This record gives sequence, C-alpha cells and structure tokens, in this order.
Amino acid sequence: MADTTLTKSYGMIAEFRTAAAVLHAAQKVRDAGFRKWDVFTPFPVHGMDRAMGLRNSKVGWFAFLGGVTGYATGMIMIWWMNALDYPIVVGGKPMFSPHAAFPPSYELTILFGAFGSLFGMLFLNRLPRLHHPLLKNKRFSLVTHDRFFVVIECDDPKYSEFETRKLLEEAGSPHIEIVEE
Amino acid sequence: MAAHGIPANIPQPPPELERIPLVANLRSFGWISNQVAALCEDRAPFWWWVLFVPSFMALCLLGAMLSYQISTGVGVWGNMHPVMWAWDIVNFVWWIGIGHAGTLISAILFLLRQRWRTAVNRAAEAMTIFAVMCAGIYPALHVGRMWYDWWLFPIPNSNSIWPQFRSPLMWDVFAVSTYFTVSVLFWYMGLIPDLAVMRDRAKTKLRQFLYGLGALGWTGSNRHWSNYEKAYLILAGLSTPLVLSVHSIVSLDFAVSQLPGWHTTIFPPYFVAGAVFSGFGMVLTLLIPLRKIFKLEDIITMRHIDVMCKVTLATGSIVGYAYAMEFFIAWYSGNPNEQFHFMNRALGPYQWAWIMMVSCNVLVPQLFWFKKVRHNLVIVFILSILVNVGMWFERFVIIVLSLHREFIPANWGYYRPTWVDICTYIGTFGLFFTCFLLFLRFLPMIAISEVKGVTAQSDPHHPLGGATVEEKIPDDEE
Repeated sequence: MADTTLTKSYGMIAEFRTAAAVLHAAQKVRDAGFRKWDVFTPFPVHGMDRAMGLRNSKVGWFAFLGGVTGYATGMIMIWWMNALDYPIVVGGKPMFSPHAAFPPSYELTILFGAFGSLFGMLFLNRLPRLHHPLLKNKRFSLVTHDRFFVVIECDDPKYSEFETRKLLEEAGSPHIEIVEE
Repeated sequence: MAAHGIPANIPQPPPELERIPLVANLRSFGWISNQVAALCEDRAPFWWWVLFVPSFMALCLLGAMLSYQISTGVGVWGNMHPVMWAWDIVNFVWWIGIGHAGTLISAILFLLRQRWRTAVNRAAEAMTIFAVMCAGIYPALHVGRMWYDWWLFPIPNSNSIWPQFRSPLMWDVFAVSTYFTVSVLFWYMGLIPDLAVMRDRAKTKLRQFLYGLGALGWTGSNRHWSNYEKAYLILAGLSTPLVLSVHSIVSLDFAVSQLPGWHTTIFPPYFVAGAVFSGFGMVLTLLIPLRKIFKLEDIITMRHIDVMCKVTLATGSIVGYAYAMEFFIAWYSGNPNEQFHFMNRALGPYQWAWIMMVSCNVLVPQLFWFKKVRHNLVIVFILSILVNVGMWFERFVIIVLSLHREFIPANWGYYRPTWVDICTYIGTFGLFFTCFLLFLRFLPMIAISEVKGVTAQSDPHHPLGGATVEEKIPDDEE
C-alpha cells in the first residue's frame, strides 16, 4: 500500500559539522528570504537567533501573567479565608494584613510564574509533539549528538528543489537530503 | 567595518591569565554524549548494587519506622516536655538546607554566568529534589495525626475552617511545597534536551518510547531553543528569590517565637548561608566519588572542586560570623534570659553538641584557604562530610538547646532520642540514596547539551568552533 502511494516531501535537510558553518548557512538562508525553515543544533548556538532573524521570545509574558495571577490569588485567597469567610482573631492581630499575607503570596507568585514559563515555552514550541517527520530520519538523529542541520520546508514559497539545494551546497553543507513527510 | 568583525585569531593571553577550559582535553560533542549517556545504558555496575541494596534496605526501615510511628503515636519519638521539637525538626531543617545548594548552583550561578555550573547542576538539582522529599516527611509526621495533614492546605473541610495564614508554619507549607514543585519543574526542563539525546541513542524500542515520552518531541530546533533559553532564564530568575525565601521562612518558624535563642533577626540570612554551606558539602560528598567512578574527570574538573570548596569556605565563614554575632547580641541586648541561654549553649549540659557545631562549621572549612587542601580529594571528601555533621549539630543546638532550658527551671529537661528517632533518620538516608542511585541509572547525571554549549568548539566565533580568519563572521548589528 504505502509504496504505491506517493509520499509527500517534508523538506530539505542540510548537514553541517561546525557551529560556525551552520551559523554562516543560517545567515545565507535568512538573507535569501525563506520563511519556513529552521536550524537544528545539539545545544543553543550563540548568536543563532540573530543569524536566523528571530525576535525576542515571548515566554516572558507567560511568566509575568503567571506571577501576577499567583500574587493576586494569594492575597485574595488569604483575605477571603481569614477575614471574610471565617474570621478568627489570633493574638489581637488584624483580620487581614498584607504583611502576614505576603510570604504565601510571594511563594504563589513564584509557583505560578514558574508554571507560566515552562508551559509558555511548551505552548510557543507547540510541544509536546510525539511525532515529527524529522524524527524518522536516521541521519537527523545525530542532531542531539554532534551534528548541525539547516532544514528548509517544501511548503516555503521560495522552495525549489534545485535552487535550494544549490544554496545549501554553496553554504558548505557536505550532505543534503530530502525528508519525506 | 573591520571594527565590527570578530577576529578569529584571538591573541593568546599570557599563560598565567589563560582560562582553564571547562571541559578538559578538548573533548568532542560526541564524547560528551557517549561518556554521560553510557552511565545509564550499560549494565548496572557491581558497586551500584553494593550501594543500592543497603540503601533500599534503609528505605524499608524508613517505611517500618513511619508505620510504627503512625500506628502508635508521636510518643515513640524522644520528644518530651520541654523539648517538643527535636530530631524531627532538626532533620527537616537539615535536609531542606542540603537542597539549597542544588538551587544555588542551578539558578543563582546561572544568573551570575558561572559557566562551570553546567557540569554539576543536574546532579545537584536531583540532590535538591530528593533532599526536599526527605525533609517533607518530618513536618508531615510530627503533627501526630498525619491523616489531618491536608488541613494545612487551603482545601474546604467539614469544619469550614480555613488555615490560619498569620502563622509562619503556614508560610512554611507554601514555601516548601513551592520549592519542591519549582525544583522539579526546573530539573525537568533542563532534562528535556537530554532526554532527546537518550531517545535518539536508544537501542531498544522501550527505551526509545519512554525517553521519547519524556523528551516531548524535542528536535533541537533553534526556534525552540530560543524560547527554551528564555524560559530557563526566567525559571532561574524565579528560583533565586525562591531559594532565598525558603530557608528564610523556615527560620521564621523559630524567629517569630519569643524564645531566647530563636527570637532574633539574624536568622533568615544566617539560615540561608548555612543551607548553602551544607548543600555544597553534600554536593562535594556526592560528586567526588562519582567523577572518579564514572571517569568524568574531564567534565567535573579539579577547577570545579576548587570553586565549590571556595563557596563552602565563604558560606562557612558567614556561618561563623553569625555564631559570633549571636553571642555578641546576647551580651549587648542586656537581656538576662538571652545571656543565660548563650552561656548555657557553650557551657551547659549540651556543651558537646556546641563544640561539634563550632569545630565542624567554623574551624574545619577554614582549611579550604589552602590550595593544597582544596586539591586533595580525600581531604576535601572528609571535610565535606564534616560540614554536614556540623550543620546537623547546628540545627540540634538551635532547636534542642533553646528548648531544654526555657525561662523558668520548671521547664528544664534533658532530651534524648529514642531508637525510633535514630532509625527514622537512617531511613531518610535510604530514601535519599535509593532515589539518587536510581537517578544515576536512568537519567543523564550531567547536563549533556549544556556541557556541549560551554566547550570551545561550541562557539562559532572560536577557531575550534569552525571560525576562520578569512571568514570573519559579521555580527549583524545593523
């Protein structure tokens, strides 16, 4: 069955051996005006965000939102529980005081902020994703070992099998192949 | 313009200023993966079983002791009037303090751009999590009727009464549970790229599936790395005030009371310094044998040991200063109860505990001034254990000694632990080491992708990273 149906290509992957080479290639691909492409590295390469033309990550907003929610939750919860729903006088202290409520609210700020940054990161990266065309490729599995890859998707409007291959070859890739969807 | 180009032929610094590379012997990326991943891919070595079996037996002992304590009551412990907080809280504070070095290494040193942390942060964070687990057992059980522990959380109960948030004990609940949760999140987030490494090298379908599940489909995409690094930075930024607040709040459990020896404003910084001190002691105790057994001397280099000894020295000196300051303030306050208490610490029936505390915490770390000591692994290992012995006695001194002779002689007594106290404490070591040994077997104990990122060949502007003189990668600052 599978061999009779035409498999769609996902994209072209080009392997690189050094961090400098892949950084160089990324600048070339960026300048060529591609949109749907990415660089895959075993560790974050310094300067790659700029070489790819990426903008500052938006994770901070998720963390900030989480933190604000956490602090507000703490303060409102403690006020409602100890001053409104079931007020108990303890040692003649006020029913609600922001000072006594601060430590738990502070902890909740951090807790919710941490959830915000982790889940914000996962959301922005569209993870968890248990299947990806690249993960099927044998050679690509070296990306977590010691290889660097530039991948240009076939869906990119500028993609053409010949021109793109030429660009990547000029960028110095020793190995280029097409990955099936 | 030439000024914007980064020259690849960096002029060599004079030998005395040359930086020692973080990964020795110019190891390649592949070597790092192979070396670290092999630890959880090969068959369990003999020594692992030699350590695991007694650890697991101690864990069973913990189970037995806790069952006995829950079924019989807290009376099986030595806690008795006037010393109603004893080994339970001593061990709680001790374990949670040990955890602090893990967060200091993973968060504070990250913010301070101390790149050497990458070699030790994974193991140190694991240590944090397991230490906090051990710590959490004690407050949960010392309440006596531990089946009411859920009253500590703001959950509606049949009495419609809410927790009393004016008590530092409630703050502690929030601090410790947040600390545990955030430590796990931080640890897991650091693990995601390394679980992908493990997935991609897996030889069996099961390993590939399980590591793949944990890796969440990580591909190493730079668009992902960009968000990941930002999230990691934010988590480090959040963990830093967190770790400082946790032991501060633990110290408020004492400082908010009126008891001489507890009622003092120096407690929060003093507790945090002590926690970091004991935690680095534990990190050294764990890593010195591990780097030897696992042949990780090129990743956890002598420089790492040296730096950690210096942190231990610095925090140990802060602790020593705090001890001196407590005595000074007792005298300076003119408060007879305060003065009596501190004289009683040094000269009273528990003098032996005070001497242990001062010698292990103040005198022992001073040996780290000497480079000869810092570079002798056997001595460092022994000293790192003494640090934690000393820190255990510090908590004993603070808790038991303050309680055993209160304001009036009717409230005087002498505390002795029971065999249940001792066996429970041994049992927590069982829990800690069982978890730690399982961690060593199944998860990469070194942050593989982070260590790759601090090698010279990871830097695209370094000749080893492939930069050449002719290329001169422009830095694109248009």
